Amino acid sequence: MKKINDRSMDIGPFVAAPDDDMLICRCEEVTKGEIRKAVHEGMYTLTEIRRYLRTGMGLCQGQTCAKLVKRIVAAELQVSPDELEPATSRSPMRPIEMEVFAKEADADE
Amino acid sequence: MQNRIDEHPILGEFKKGKKITFYYDGKKLEGFEGEPIAAALKEAGVMVHRYTKKKHEPRGIFCAIGRCTDCVMVVDGKPNVRTCVTPLKEGMVVQTQYGVLAEPFEEQ
Amino acid sequence: MKRYDLVIVGAGPAGLSAAIEAAKRGLQVIVFDENEKPGGQLFKQIHKFFGSKEHKAKVRGFVIGQQLLAEADEAGVEVVLNATVVGLYMDKEIVVQIDDQVHHYKGDAVIVATGAAENMVTFDGWTLPGVIGAGAAQTMMNLHGIKPGKKILMLGSGNVGLVVGFQLIQAGCEVVALVDAAPRVGGYGVHAAKVARTGVPFYLSHTIVKAEGETEVTGVTIAQVDEHFQFMEGTEKHFDVDTICLAVGLSPMSQLLKMAGCEMEDNPKRGGQVPICNKYGETSIDGIFVAGDVSGIEEASSAMIEGRMAGIAAAHYLGYINGDELEENMSCQTSALEGLRQGMFAPKNRGKILERTEEGVLTSMNLLKKGFVADDEIERYPGVTHRVGIHPVMECTQNIPCNPCQDACPKHCIKIGEKITSLPAVDETAQCIGCGLCVASCSGQAIFLLQEGVEPGFTLITMPYEFLPLPEKGDEGYGLGRNGEKLCKATVIEVKTSKAYDHTNLLTIKVPEEMGMRVRFYKAE
Repeated sequence: MKKINDRSMDIGPFVAAPDDDMLICRCEEVTKGEIRKAVHEGMYTLTEIRRYLRTGMGLCQGQTCAKLVKRIVAAELQVSPDELEPATSRSPMRPIEMEVFAKEADADE
Repeated sequence: MQNRIDEHPILGEFKKGKKITFYYDGKKLEGFEGEPIAAALKEAGVMVHRYTKKKHEPRGIFCAIGRCTDCVMVVDGKPNVRTCVTPLKEGMVVQTQYGVLAEPFEEQ
Repeated sequence: MKRYDLVIVGAGPAGLSAAIEAAKRGLQVIVFDENEKPGGQLFKQIHKFFGSKEHKAKVRGFVIGQQLLAEADEAGVEVVLNATVVGLYMDKEIVVQIDDQVHHYKGDAVIVATGAAENMVTFDGWTLPGVIGAGAAQTMMNLHGIKPGKKILMLGSGNVGLVVGFQLIQAGCEVVALVDAAPRVGGYGVHAAKVARTGVPFYLSHTIVKAEGETEVTGVTIAQVDEHFQFMEGTEKHFDVDTICLAVGLSPMSQLLKMAGCEMEDNPKRGGQVPICNKYGETSIDGIFVAGDVSGIEEASSAMIEGRMAGIAAAHYLGYINGDELEENMSCQTSALEGLRQGMFAPKNRGKILERTEEGVLTSMNLLKKGFVADDEIERYPGVTHRVGIHPVMECTQNIPCNPCQDACPKHCIKIGEKITSLPAVDETAQCIGCGLCVASCSGQAIFLLQEGVEPGFTLITMPYEFLPLPEKGDEGYGLGRNGEKLCKATVIEVKTSKAYDHTNLLTIKVPEEMGMRVRFYKAE
């Protein structure tokens, strides 16, 4: 089993840091401290972090913060960022209005 | 003129659409038809496009290619319009976005 | 649902190149791009490209963009703009938003050429208006004719930071400093040198502490970092700026491929999450190909070749060409790509410090640390020689894949040879006529003409000059050193512009003889 999938892994307690107020996800306004805390609350994967804090789920869909969040979570888990599975990619890839998303073009197109 | 490049050493003069007027938070401003709304605002010295929902922090142009969505404003009554990729039109009403509305937070 | 032989996502250099090759072989091709205009980042690239003739060297990026569009048009490629691909599925179904409707397409083959997104760094105040990406700066000034700011600090000394830094100066902005947390300049030395000689100071091993300002940037504080990238107390420096520009790398925009189910890997050498693909760009899913930055961050020149390869591979996949034709068609592409992946900046050398060039000449450490070659280092390079009369001085000091200067000289004064990464050398037997074609042909603006020993006590220096206002004959100003320092008075002797120079003006100034090897830029009074 990969170390990062080991839920019983002890990563120690959350220790506050001076840059915890640093904004990471610009759209949903999530800070570094919130992300670090979430890891200590048991969110070990990027998908979990995303659902828990909404990082990368705002208007830009994680274009800006995905890599930053990954690095923070990896540091907290004491693993290399490339060991972390990126969050699921699914349609729609870009922000799209519900009205448009529901409007299928004519079938003969 | 604040920020427009009159003549560029490589690109020469920039082709622009016709000069038009639009409204920014009630003020009448000038810009060129078809250029991004953000370009006309930059020329007018406007830096703050919106204030964020949670922390009420100012944001402006960041990526300028429609990806980061930091430059969104309320345009013709519609919120979350990416001003860096939306072409300017005559008479457009552009408003600073507070959270997702055009009204300042204290009026919301 | 409409079917196409080949659906391409992204009309940048890779996507258009792929479309051209596929369409030429008879495939019905459609290209979707989410932007208002095609060409991807090419239309923001106003500098001359590196490489060899086959890589369109010494042609400016936006001109290459125009050429590609014309070629695509001629080949019958259909390009749909303002078309955002929002989904790609394993069976090669593509969901596209066009205007206010959602359309479904089916591609028998699919090429994903979505390019890259900019990386970001965080610091206090990084969300303030006035902190922008380098791409944003390029878009504003080179597409829309708007200066991104008046006084700007650039973070990042890779090629993007250096090239955009130079373009900011061309657009009329003041660049107050170029900063990088790394201890060495990351991009081409020639790009660094042309920024440094205008007087922009380089701060390596420095990074941003904070952006200052209430509602917009009014200043910035940087500080030195130690080898663990921790700030060193007492090293803070403040600059009054209205704009901070971030150029800290790119990441492949590969989400569509992950969504389709392609096997992915996290490869820091390629810039992040990339699909696993073969040498022609085919992913783990039959018929889905990739080209350009989405499969690993490189230059636009290599993206175009990868695009052509993916287009040819798609034609083969669908049976439009046979296996023999595939190999035959690919061989020249492969060699062109190999040509670009050589030298000191080759993917295999990433992160390494090379102490000597391929010729065995010691690398300029000053160039890596401060952005310019020191006066006592320059004489050791083969392009730097002396003679009575006019002759080229080529301050090309790193092995990069580029050779237009060799072909530019009608008198064959410049030798590079077969290997395009070799440093240019002067052929002492040939006679320079001072035409200046080499000066204008050098994408790195590293070639100067010196006229030594003709007028007693003075040397004439001809340099590439791409700024406005253009100095005029008789103007009095200063000669600046490679570090931008004012060294002496200088008189403008001649300003030459010509179509053959392609907007690189040739400025000839007269300086005292002892300054001939030190002055490399001119500034008006």
